Amino acid sequence: MKPAQRLTLFLLMAPAILWLGLLIILPHVEILILSFSERVAPRVYQFGLGNYLEFFTEPLYWRTFARTAIMSILVTACTLVLAFPIALYIARVAQGRLKAMLLLMCLLPFWVSELVRTLGWMILLRETGVVSYVLQSIGLASQPVELLYNDGAVILGLVYGGLLFMIVPLANALESLEPSVVEAGFDLGGSRWTVLRRIVIPHAMPGIVAGSIIVFMLTVGNFATPVLLGGKNGLWFTEQIYAQFITRFNWPQGAAFGMLLLMLSSIIVWAGLRLSGQSLGTTLRQA
Amino acid sequence: MSRPSLLWKFYIAAFYIFLFAPLLVVAVFAFNASPFPSPPWKGFTLEWFIGTGSVFGKPGVLMDPIWLTTILNSLKVAVPVAVLAVVIGTVNAWLLERAEFPGKTLFAMMMLWPLVIPGVILGISILAFFSRLANGLEDFLQTDIDGLRPGLMLIVLGQLSFILTIATLIIAARLRKFDRSLEEAAFDLGASRTRVLRTVTLPFLSPALVGAGLVALLMSFENFNTTLMLVGSDPPLPITMYGQMREGATPAINAISLLVMVAVGGLASLFALTSKGDR
Repeated sequence: MKPAQRLTLFLLMAPAILWLGLLIILPHVEILILSFSERVAPRVYQFGLGNYLEFFTEPLYWRTFARTAIMSILVTACTLVLAFPIALYIARVAQGRLKAMLLLMCLLPFWVSELVRTLGWMILLRETGVVSYVLQSIGLASQPVELLYNDGAVILGLVYGGLLFMIVPLANALESLEPSVVEAGFDLGGSRWTVLRRIVIPHAMPGIVAGSIIVFMLTVGNFATPVLLGGKNGLWFTEQIYAQFITRFNWPQGAAFGMLLLMLSSIIVWAGLRLSGQSLGTTLRQA
Repeated sequence: MSRPSLLWKFYIAAFYIFLFAPLLVVAVFAFNASPFPSPPWKGFTLEWFIGTGSVFGKPGVLMDPIWLTTILNSLKVAVPVAVLAVVIGTVNAWLLERAEFPGKTLFAMMMLWPLVIPGVILGISILAFFSRLANGLEDFLQTDIDGLRPGLMLIVLGQLSFILTIATLIIAARLRKFDRSLEEAAFDLGASRTRVLRTVTLPFLSPALVGAGLVALLMSFENFNTTLMLVGSDPPLPITMYGQMREGATPAINAISLLVMVAVGGLASLFALTSKGDR
């Protein structure tokens, strides 16, 4: 390579190096270091595992963490079950204009901000909200019903937020299923259920994995939906990180929580990829 | 499977109602003449958009300096993010598709990382790192650098950290389809490198550049998780909305949401129109 060419290449690489170095790698090194520092006196810190020990000894912290993980898995499962019939319909049944329209209608709500969608659910579910009002006016309830600020509302909001990211990879995967394979399944005497279980679902596996990974990541890292729809009962781990960083100004503790959340998210993504034998690149491209 | 059962069709219909119900109620209650965004319906009003505050004690969003400033803050973030994302994204796309250098596979893989890191963590890590940087520089230079403290500048950097990945992927996908013989023909006809770039390569890329810019604009405008950690004294729109929603909503939030929905709808259809040229 000529020196001039080498200089050009270096100049073109500079923005990418600055980006990944200053905005991704060094900041993560910083919170890793921060998470291992303990305050021994005002403005004096030393290396120690105290922040992580605090996490395991304070029930509120690890319970919130476990709750976030379990609820996220639940949300991912619900999203998958709800989205599958829709994706199957879009990919295999709907034709032409109807197909394009159904897919576009799935996309539309997700161009709108997460906060607007959450506001919609608040207006629907709160004690003075639309659902409560309708239930009262058709006589199914005699007094206002509070549907907000419970786990059901949180799960509903999170599932709603994840649907698109499940439907698109599923529909993409189902698109390539040969109709003749499905017919052969029926011809060999398979029932609808057998064909679905033995042919359709295995074929959709790459989409199922991709969608589940993305939905899980988005759910675990969500902040606004559990806080707004769950209220005091929301108890999401991102909220703990926020509280440590912004409200209590205990950055080392917040950094330790951040590392734990990052680990949870990475392990689940990694396990999902390993179980299905796929790479991150192809998975993200599915979406 | 060719004939969908009635149950299946019913499920599809119910699903789409479920999908649009929250957006519909947000839009409808922006026009309700009531101090709360909840039923019953008390008549149609535009008070929450252009009212002076004489009726409900709070002015409409287009008259309220709080909302106007916060929209301006959002634009002050979104425009630089979009411009930087397109420019740097183009350079990155070139590196991915055209350049050969050691460690390219690693670079291609690292570039995807920001998409798998939760936004909250991107936010706190950038906050912590830039505070350390600012403290170090303060000791060294004896002046405080405002840009490294929570504020609009830091929000731009925080959002850029992951929006750049998306912009790069959009532009790289288009660059991959480029027929290099076109460039060679231009060189053979005696065009200089800059001229080829300006008259052949960039025009081919332009739908992707516009698309990446619009997506970046939108993602920046709507980002909440990363922004929340980096916000200073001048909050962008999602942060203000979040604050108001926690305090107890008034239809003013519905009004601003509807305006955002209309603006986003406009942007999205613009994007759909520009990306049609891709196929």
